[in-house]
Amino acid sequence: MPVIVRSQEPLRKAMDNEAEVEVSAANVADLLVELRRRYPRLPERLLDQNGEVRRFINIYVNEEDIRFLQNQETELKDGDEVTIIPATSGG
Amino acid sequence: MGRGFFSAPIWQSKRKLDMDKNAGFMKALKCRECGREYPLAATHVCEFDFGPLEVAYDYDRIKEAMTKAVIQSRPQTMWRYRELLPVAGDPTVGFQVGFTPLVKADRLARRLGIRELWIKNDTVNYPTLSFKDRVVSVALSRARELGFTTVACASTGNLANSVAANAAAAGLRAYVFIPSDLEQGKVVNSLVYGANVVGIKGHYDEVNRLCAEIAGKYGWAFVNVNMRPYYAEGSKSMGFEIVEQLGWRIPKHTVVCMASGSLLTKIQKSYQELTKLGLTAPTDYHIHGAQATGCAPISQAHKAGLDFFKPVKPNTIAKSLAIGTPADGFYALKVMKETNGGCDDVSDDEIREGIKLLAECEGIFAETAGGVTVGVAKKLIASGRIPTHDSAVLCVTGNGLKTLDAVAGHVGQTREIRPSLREFEALLDAEAKTSVAA
Repeated sequence: MPVIVRSQEPLRKAMDNEAEVEVSAANVADLLVELRRRYPRLPERLLDQNGEVRRFINIYVNEEDIRFLQNQETELKDGDEVTIIPATSGG
Repeated sequence: MGRGFFSAPIWQSKRKLDMDKNAGFMKALKCRECGREYPLAATHVCEFDFGPLEVAYDYDRIKEAMTKAVIQSRPQTMWRYRELLPVAGDPTVGFQVGFTPLVKADRLARRLGIRELWIKNDTVNYPTLSFKDRVVSVALSRARELGFTTVACASTGNLANSVAANAAAAGLRAYVFIPSDLEQGKVVNSLVYGANVVGIKGHYDEVNRLCAEIAGKYGWAFVNVNMRPYYAEGSKSMGFEIVEQLGWRIPKHTVVCMASGSLLTKIQKSYQELTKLGLTAPTDYHIHGAQATGCAPISQAHKAGLDFFKPVKPNTIAKSLAIGTPADGFYALKVMKETNGGCDDVSDDEIREGIKLLAECEGIFAETAGGVTVGVAKKLIASGRIPTHDSAVLCVTGNGLKTLDAVAGHVGQTREIRPSLREFEALLDAEAKTSVAA
């Protein structure tokens, strides 16, 4: 089931400069696997050596941080929007 | 010590500064995680691991250029430490910011039971009455150097005020994005400068997420997104001033409120840099963190002995600290660990009590974040985490006039009488009876 993935710089560079891509995935973990398959430069950027999302990366499903959902086990459905953004500072 | 307001630009100083035209005393932007270096552009994230970028300096050159005599010959603003601030040339925005009073708080010290206490009073920082003028002054000066004409920010209020005011003074177009439920004082304090103020129906972390997307699309200078490496460095000036105002001495204890945690990390960096440059003697010191219980991801992690935090949904009157996903939380935890600092959090009632305590003892009206700092300092002293025979500095970062809503109804009320001496004396009699009965 396709979901829309939106990315920001500098992640976008590793995704062939595509701002939005469609990916079929049942959950966030599957989505990350698919993204890594499609864009070989991604793995070292997105996950640490334990397979966890790097601590400076925030992933949102329909505008909700996955850490408030089920992290990488968060289920995805057709049309969901996934946004991947580096952490930003305070204000 | 008087404030150094001046009309002549400080670049008219007689001393010729050894500053490279394009980089000043900066060397590069450097990833805090992997150390990769990047050009001094408007970018904030490492392309390899998404780690935050930080400004790297040429300390050898700075050591030659920046002596105590040079610093003390300059106007009393944050820009007297200009070699350690990330602009290539002369500052063009906010050159009157900083050098706020360091107040010896004897009455508050007695109330909290500590030998010596100081308040670094950024409630009177110029021009918008919070420490954010420090970071904005740097960010907008650097944004101009990089050719930007539109500046923006995601803000919990104080930053919005400062970007709006400083952009107006500099003739820059400003967009500020804030949670739509902010205190009215902070909203008006952004609108009045003519900034484009956009209220987002969500909490700060949601505003931040949206701004990260907007920054990527529109190419504006977002002070706390793509300008973050420069912006954050402005906070160091608070630490530089504390050390100079204490007679070039690093305080034994510094208590700092935390939202993203950035200020706390930069206080440590300021102490480290002054030590490295030989401007202050090496010494042991402790940096303590303060949060509101209604948004305490860093404090909770510290109490649990973790080096990472779990995001929270904020619910506190300390809206300027209401960041549930603190970008510098990891580094703030590291600083507290390295300096053997404590960390705690306080409830909304304790925040109000802290505001009142500071106001009644020292005549300083702080916003809610100041109530957090005082409240946590009280806890740390009471628990022995800050020993009573030591000396401490509390960083009070914003003015209470901006958050009247938070304390209105909790600080007593006026008693109304007709313009009659008899009524006034009746009022005094009634009060005397009440105090005797009590």
